[in-house]
Amino acid sequence: MLNIQNIKIPGIQPINLSIAEGECVGVSGDSGCGKTRLLRAIVDMDEHEGDVFLGDKSMLEFSGHTWRKNVCLVPAESQWWFDTIGEHFPEKVFDKFSTLFKTLGFERDVLSWQSARCSSGEKQRLAIIRAIINKPRVLLLDEPTTNLDAENSRKVESLVSAYLKDNNAMVIWVGHNHAQLKRVAINSYYTLSSNGLMKAAN
Amino acid sequence: MRELISLSSYDLMLASLLVLALAGVSTRLRLGIGLQLIIAACRTTAQLLFVGLILKKVFEHAELHWIALITLVMLVVASWEILARQKRKIKSWWGFGVSASSLVVSSFLITLIALFFIIKTDPWYTPQYTIPLLGMLLGNTMNGIALGMDRFVQTAWQQRMVIEQRLMLGQTAMEAIREIRNESMRAGMMPIINAMAAAGIVSLPGMMTGQILAGSEPIEAVKYQIMIMFLITAGTGFGVMAALHFLSKHLFDDRERLRFDHILLIKET
Repeated sequence: MLNIQNIKIPGIQPINLSIAEGECVGVSGDSGCGKTRLLRAIVDMDEHEGDVFLGDKSMLEFSGHTWRKNVCLVPAESQWWFDTIGEHFPEKVFDKFSTLFKTLGFERDVLSWQSARCSSGEKQRLAIIRAIINKPRVLLLDEPTTNLDAENSRKVESLVSAYLKDNNAMVIWVGHNHAQLKRVAINSYYTLSSNGLMKAAN
Repeated sequence: MRELISLSSYDLMLASLLVLALAGVSTRLRLGIGLQLIIAACRTTAQLLFVGLILKKVFEHAELHWIALITLVMLVVASWEILARQKRKIKSWWGFGVSASSLVVSSFLITLIALFFIIKTDPWYTPQYTIPLLGMLLGNTMNGIALGMDRFVQTAWQQRMVIEQRLMLGQTAMEAIREIRNESMRAGMMPIINAMAAAGIVSLPGMMTGQILAGSEPIEAVKYQIMIMFLITAGTGFGVMAALHFLSKHLFDDRERLRFDHILLIKET
């Protein structure tokens, strides 16, 4: 259970939300309405008021980095700082997670690709794999399919829902595509505005 | 030992004619550097004469409190100089504290070690040794610390997105900054490593040259120079390490968030 309590972001009503194990919450809202700031507050990357509980433990009972190992944010634009893709992953990652790579359309040679030459769509899919192999309890996805075509978007959707089911994890999926959000977050689709988080009308 | 040939004012005037000639030629060629040259030459004359007079006084009255006062002034000036060389402006008082404490580690402690255990001067604060030694250490380690700090802040700023990405993947603050810290350490140490490698072959170090001109045996001068080189290397290394330690500790808060507002003068948006 993830419990978001009274997170305050300037210009927005305090945000409360709880997410059950195995649940995916979809959030949409106008550009600049504070979606990314909300996600950054949940992973404790910015100073904020309010608290977030994982189970019955407050984020303050974790150190910053253990909290972020448990609650992992995949930002809209991922960063790759080493020369090759493989250096960003632990050793033998392809042997352990080959299905994960293959589901999103990568073969073993992806690990030797030059980071600088990857397209934004490739980086976006690889960033999701990089986050998932750490097995976070909560996965926060900030517009995870903006650079992907319809087919790859569907692949990401099914990968994320498989991860949810297999690990009893939790997901907050931020995006703009209403049809997609209704698919991934069947009963938990919200919109964010200055009034706070509202259940989206069907 | 040879007698030292004393320079008269007339001798110095002859040397100054060379600078004047250069200034004249550059004005003639409209290189726009003539006036600057004259001002700098005047400054160097005035400043060095002033220091010479002070040193003369201090050498005559070798009292600890006067020496302490002079070294304190040297420390303050060197600390401000480090801050002045930063491309991104560091918060003044905090930055001053970082530079000053790094310089204390790099220069003061090393000078004390040299005075007590290596040269064994008597009394230990004998100004003929203390002040030139400290001056040489401060000048060189200041360089290294300024370079290391500048590289650290610049690189971390350029790569702030990468640092945050690494934090989001659950890395500790120290893991997220490690490569930048190592690179800055290297940048700070490069000048002295190069100087050691080139010493004697490409360049004759200034101190050694001075001693030889003053009539010392070359081997004696060389021994002093080697000791100074080692002191500077150790001082720069520990000084840069200390400065990077303070910077990287303060760059993150207790929740391991990246906080440039802690170290830089920037407005939060």
